[in-house]
Amino acid sequence: MSLLNYTLRIADSSLILAQRISGWCSKGPTLEEDIALSNIALDLFGQANGFLEYASKLDGNKTPDQLAFNRNEREFFNLQITEQENGNFADTIVRQFFFSTYSFLFYTELSKSTDETLAALSVKSLKEVKYHLQHSKSWMLRLGDGTEESKQKTQDALQYFWQFTGELFEMDEVDIEMSKSGIGVGNSELKTNWDKMVNEVINQSTLERPVDAYMQTGSKKGLHTECLGHLLSEMQYLPRAYPNAKW
Amino acid sequence: MSDNTKVWEVFIQSKNGLAHKHVGNLHAPDKEMALQNARDLYTRRNEGSCIWVVKAEHIISSESEDGEAFFDPSNDKIYRHPTFYTLPKGSKYI
Repeated sequence: MSLLNYTLRIADSSLILAQRISGWCSKGPTLEEDIALSNIALDLFGQANGFLEYASKLDGNKTPDQLAFNRNEREFFNLQITEQENGNFADTIVRQFFFSTYSFLFYTELSKSTDETLAALSVKSLKEVKYHLQHSKSWMLRLGDGTEESKQKTQDALQYFWQFTGELFEMDEVDIEMSKSGIGVGNSELKTNWDKMVNEVINQSTLERPVDAYMQTGSKKGLHTECLGHLLSEMQYLPRAYPNAKW
Repeated sequence: MSDNTKVWEVFIQSKNGLAHKHVGNLHAPDKEMALQNARDLYTRRNEGSCIWVVKAEHIISSESEDGEAFFDPSNDKIYRHPTFYTLPKGSKYI
């Protein structure tokens, strides 16, 4: 049961962020960036699919599609940062940079999991995440050290998304159990490296690291910001309105 | 995108050892972004093992009005093609 929950958390973060980023499709600032963001969304959908297939196997009852489309808001366990709206381009980049840095560290550890499926899925995801990190890092540097306007927007985005970074390193009883048994990752141990990587880019981008203040929490219990419900209503509309529709 | 965006020409090598082939162009502000954009735009379906990007302004092209002077002289020099050899029987790959 814990393993199912643990796998769903990983799947949900990828799925929800993928759905979010796909909102940029046809609306990117340039044709090149439109395709870059759509590629990242597709990578994340692919990762979500892998983890959902495993979750479906563990569940033994629901198909991966049912897990994606027939669960309600409170049954999703994605990190809250992934459900936040795209905002402007700097918002999307900062969200991606925070999450990709985390994912990079997370999958690096999870690829050593004693659970063979999780380890294999992590190795595959890691290749993609490395590119997502490089992409968002390049933009952090260019936006932060760009014009006055791009700098301000990026700084504002850092400020806004900071409150969702506490959750990345939280551990509840499921995490502790998974980590102890060698299946899962000790998330709290990722923080030092995450800080190091993030600080380096923030400094290089001539931006300022936000001061730690109130941190949002709750996704491990299925608690979300109001963004998720709107996202789900769009994502789940078709399979809910026309169950088992095929085309 | 800002005014310092430039056009870059993209060349993809499909396999190790083969020549890089021109596949198209893109916009990017600098060489790192040009390379990343090239990766996103032109290698989505497993097309390549290596990418070159070159600023379009650095490519020197022959002009079409020079076409006569450049290319016509080779038209009447058929001896530059190896068409006067008799091929040995049974040689398939020449």
